[in-house]
Amino acid sequence: MEVLLAIVIGLLYAAGVYLLLRRSIVKLILGIMFFSHATNLLIFVAGGLHKGQPQFASDGLTAVSANPTDPLPQALILTAIVIGFGITAFFLALMYRFYQATGTEDLDELKEGENK
Amino acid sequence: MKSYIVQLAAARLLPVTLILSMLVFYRGHNDPGGGFIGGLMASAGFIFYAMAFDTREAEKKLRVSPLMLIVAGLSFAFISTLPSLFAGNPFFTGEWVSLSIPLLGKLKLGTPLLFDFGVYLTVWGVIVTIIFNVMEE
Amino acid sequence: MSGLLIYLVILLITAFLAPMLISRAGKAAPWLLGMVSASGFAYLLGFAGFISKGNTLNYTIEWLPELYLNFSLYLDGLSLFFALMVTGMGALVLVFSGNYMKPYAMKHRFFFLILLFEFAMLALVLSGNLITLFIFWELTSVSSFLLVGFYHEKPEARNAALQALLITVAGGLAMMAGFIMLGQIAGTLEINQLLKSGDLIRNHPHYLPVLLLILAGAFTKSAQFPFHFWLPGAMQAPSPVSAYLHSATMVKAGIYLLMRLSPVMGGTPEWKYILTITGAVTMILGGYFAYSQTDFKKVLAYTTISALGTLVLMLGIDTDISIKAAIIFLLVHALYKGALFMIAGLIDKSAGTRDLRKIGGLGKVMPTASLAAIISLLSMAGLPPMIGFIGKELIYEAKFALPDIGNLLLVAGVLTNVIMVAISLALIFNLFLGPLKYPGEKPKRPAFALRIGPTLLAGISLIFGLFPARVADLLLSPAIKSIRPTIDSLKLSLWHGFNEVLLVSFITVAAGITLFLLYRRVNPVLTKFNNEVITFRFADAFNKGLDMFLHLTKKKTSFIQSGYQRFYLMAIFIMTSLLAWYQLIYTWPDIENISFSKPGIYEILILILIVSSTLIAVSVKSRLAAILSLGGVGYGIGLLFVIYGAIDVAITLMLAETLVLVLFMVVVYHLPKFTNFSSNASRLRDAAIALLVGGFMTGLVLKAGQLNLNPKISDFYVENAIPLAHGSNIVNVILVDFRALDTLGEITVLVIAAIGVVALLKLKTKKGSAT
Repeated sequence: MEVLLAIVIGLLYAAGVYLLLRRSIVKLILGIMFFSHATNLLIFVAGGLHKGQPQFASDGLTAVSANPTDPLPQALILTAIVIGFGITAFFLALMYRFYQATGTEDLDELKEGENK
Repeated sequence: MKSYIVQLAAARLLPVTLILSMLVFYRGHNDPGGGFIGGLMASAGFIFYAMAFDTREAEKKLRVSPLMLIVAGLSFAFISTLPSLFAGNPFFTGEWVSLSIPLLGKLKLGTPLLFDFGVYLTVWGVIVTIIFNVMEE
Repeated sequence: MSGLLIYLVILLITAFLAPMLISRAGKAAPWLLGMVSASGFAYLLGFAGFISKGNTLNYTIEWLPELYLNFSLYLDGLSLFFALMVTGMGALVLVFSGNYMKPYAMKHRFFFLILLFEFAMLALVLSGNLITLFIFWELTSVSSFLLVGFYHEKPEARNAALQALLITVAGGLAMMAGFIMLGQIAGTLEINQLLKSGDLIRNHPHYLPVLLLILAGAFTKSAQFPFHFWLPGAMQAPSPVSAYLHSATMVKAGIYLLMRLSPVMGGTPEWKYILTITGAVTMILGGYFAYSQTDFKKVLAYTTISALGTLVLMLGIDTDISIKAAIIFLLVHALYKGALFMIAGLIDKSAGTRDLRKIGGLGKVMPTASLAAIISLLSMAGLPPMIGFIGKELIYEAKFALPDIGNLLLVAGVLTNVIMVAISLALIFNLFLGPLKYPGEKPKRPAFALRIGPTLLAGISLIFGLFPARVADLLLSPAIKSIRPTIDSLKLSLWHGFNEVLLVSFITVAAGITLFLLYRRVNPVLTKFNNEVITFRFADAFNKGLDMFLHLTKKKTSFIQSGYQRFYLMAIFIMTSLLAWYQLIYTWPDIENISFSKPGIYEILILILIVSSTLIAVSVKSRLAAILSLGGVGYGIGLLFVIYGAIDVAITLMLAETLVLVLFMVVVYHLPKFTNFSSNASRLRDAAIALLVGGFMTGLVLKAGQLNLNPKISDFYVENAIPLAHGSNIVNVILVDFRALDTLGEITVLVIAAIGVVALLKLKTKKGSAT
C-alpha cells in the first residue's frame, strides 16, 4: 500500500507541476490545489499508515490502542487544509481581478504589460 | 436558483446546522470535532442559505457582519491565552475549572475551550466573508 | 582622554548645525565655523608637550570585544601630527570657503559636507582600532564623493565623483578584508596592541595577502599608480575641497595608514619592494604629467600625485633617514600645496579662468596672494630658505644611504625634482611676474578671507624653513618616534655643510632652470605628444571597463530574468528535482526494508478514483469538469483518511473540499474558458518536467517510510492528553492546547487571506488604470 500511495503522491505532484507550467491562470490555481492535496497526503503517509481505529486517549493514563495512528501529522494536516482553503480563495479572487483588469488569462501577457 | 423548495430547505436547515456545529465544536475536545470542523459546518449552513436566497438575506440572517465574527474569534483566541499569566504559568498554558452543575453533571471549563471557540468563530467568519464576497461579484 | 571624543562630537554637531548657521549668521558664519576648527587645533596643540615626552593616550569603548570590535581613540605623535594638520587646514579652508562659496545657492550643503569630512578625517587619524578607522575611512570617501560631485549639474563632475568613490571604496573593502585577517592573526585590532605584535604578523604565512589587501586600500586612497587617475578627475570639486581633501588631508590617509602600520608590517622585503617601486613609478609619472598640463589645478593635482609617490617611496626605503624625510616632506607638502590650491581657486574666481595660457602677471593685481604663491612655489621647488629645501635634502640623503637600488632611485628623484623646479619657476615667472594678461574683465583684488589662508600657510613655510628646530622637537620627532621608536631625535637646520647631497641639489636646480628656459618650446611639444601619442587614458579605460561591466550584468539579468513566470518555475523545478534525484540515487531506499501493508479492495478502489480524477483534471478541456474531478481527488483523499483512522482530518477535508467546489461554482462562469496556448512540444516538455518532480516525490515518500523518526514527541502528546489537557481527542488537544500558539498564527493567516479577498474584490480601481 505504501508503494502504491507513494506513486499516487508522485502522480499528484506531477499533475500539479504540469498545471503550474501552463500559461492559463485558471490551471495555475488547479495546480496549486494539487500541490496542497499531495503535500497533505505526503505528511500523512510519512507519519505511518495504520488502519483502523482513530486514536483517542482513554481515561486510563497510557492505555492506548495496540496499533495507533500518529496524531501529530493529523493536527498538521488539519490546519493545512483550512489554510489551503483560504489560499485557494485568495488566489481565486486574485485571478478574477487579474482577468478583469487585463481581459486575458494568459500569464505571458503579464510580461508585456510590464514593459509598456 | 430561486426555487421555493430549496429556500424552504435552506431556512429549515440553517438552525439545525448551527446547533450541530455547536455540538461538534463542544465535543471536539474528547471526540471527533472541534473549532475548525464546527466553523466549517456553521459556514456551510449560511452558504447554503445564501445560495437559496441571496447574500443580503443571509447576512441579515447572520445579524452581525461576518467581519465581526472574525474580530470576536481572534479576540477570544487571544484572550484565552491571558489567564495563564495571572495564574503565574507560562503564556498559553491551559487553565481548567471544574464546575458541578445539577442535572448536567460535571462540566469542565478551560481556556483551551475558549481558544477553540475563538477558532470556531474565526473559521466561520473567514469562510462566510470569502464566499459572500465572491458571490456578490 | 574623553576630551577628544567630546571634541569629535562637537565637530559632528557643528556639521549638522552648519547649514542653519550659514543662513542665519551670514558673513560671520564661516569665521565661526573656522573658530570651531581652530579651537580643536589649539586643544590638540595642548597635548604636544605631553606627547613629545613619549606618552600616548588610549580611550576605548567596548563594543563587541569578542570580534575585536571596539570604538577606541589613540593619540600618539603620529596621530597628533595628522590631527593638527586636519584641524589647522580645516580652519583656514573654512574661512576661505566662506568667501569662495558665497555666490552658490548650495553653500549650506557645502559647509555641512566639508565639516562632516573634517569630522571623519579627524576621527580617522585618532582611531585606536582598525575597524573604527575603517568606518571613518569610508566616511571620508563618501564625503569626498559628495564634494567632488558638488557641481552636480555638470556631467563631468558626476562622473569624476563616481570614479573617485568606486576606486577608493573598492580599495577600502579590500583593506577591510586585510584588517579582519590581521585581527585573526594578532587576536586584536587595537592599534596599541598591534604595535607590539609586529614579529608575529610578519612571520605569519598569511602576511603577504594581508599586506596586499591593506596596500590596496592605502594605494587607492593616496592615488598611487595605477589608481592615480581619480585624483586629477577630482579637480572638478570646488577649490577649497581640492586644497583640503585632495592635497593636505584625505589623500594622505593612505600615507597615514602606511606610517601607522609600518612598525607592524613594515621592514620585510615584500613591503620594501612593493612600496619602493609603486612610489617611484607614481613619483615620476606624476611629475611628467604635471609638466604638460595647462590647467593650474591639474598641474597641482599631478604634482600632488608625484608628492604622494615620493612619500610612499620614502616609507618603502624604510631607513631611519627616509622615515624622517617622509614626515618632513608630509608637512612641507601640506603647507605649500594647500596654499597653492587656495590660490588656484582665488585666481579662478577673480580672473575667471585657470588656464595657464590665458593668464599671467597677476602679481600686479594681487600682490599679497602672489607673494604667498611664490613662497609656496619656492618651497615646492625645494629652494632655500624654505622648509621645502630641508625636505628635499633629506629625501636625497635617504636615497644616497641606500645600498643597491639607491642610485636608480636617486636618478628618478632628481628627474622629478628637476621637473618640480621647472614647473615652479614657470609658474612664478609666467603666472605671477611678467606682463599682465587676462581674458575677460580686469581681475579684482581678492578679498581678505581669500588671502588669509594662503598667506598664513606660506608664512609658516618660510618660518619653519628659517627656524626648524623647535617644530622638530615638538611635533616631528614624536611623530617619527611613533613610527620607529628606536630612531634618534631629529636635528634640522637649513645649512648642514657642503656634501654630496648639496651637490646633487645644485645639479637639480641648474637642470630645472634649463628646463624652465626651454619651457615655452618643450611644453607644446610635450602636450602634443601626450595628447596625440599617448591616447591611452586611465580614466577612460576605467569608464570603459565600468560600462562593459554594466552591459554584462544587464545581459545576464535579462537572460535570467525572462519575465515569463513559467520559466522561473521551470528553473526551480528542474534544479530542485535534479539535486533531489542525485541525493535519492545516492541513498536509494531499500525497498525490502519497508514494512508493507496489504492494500484492501476499498483502498484500491479509492486510489483508482484519485488517479483517474487526476488524469481527467489535467487533460480535460472543460473548466467545470476539471474542477469537479479535482473535487474527486479531494474526496478520495478524504476517504483514505477515514480508512486510516484520521477522522477529524477526513471531516475537515470533506467540508473544505465542498466549500472549494461551491466557491468555484460561484465564479466558474465569470472565468475565462481554457484556451489552448501551448504547442504539443511544450506540453511534452512540461510533462517530462512534471514526471521528474513527481518521480522524486515518490522516491521521497518511500525514503520517508524508511526513516525511523523520534516517536517521543507524539508519545508525549498521547500520554499527556488527559492528564495535562483534559481532553481525549489528541488531534484537537494538540491544536488548541499543546500547539495553540501555532493555531493562533494559522487562524491569523486565514484572516489575512479573507481580508485579501475582500480587498481584491471590493476595492475597485479607477477605470482605465490596470489594478
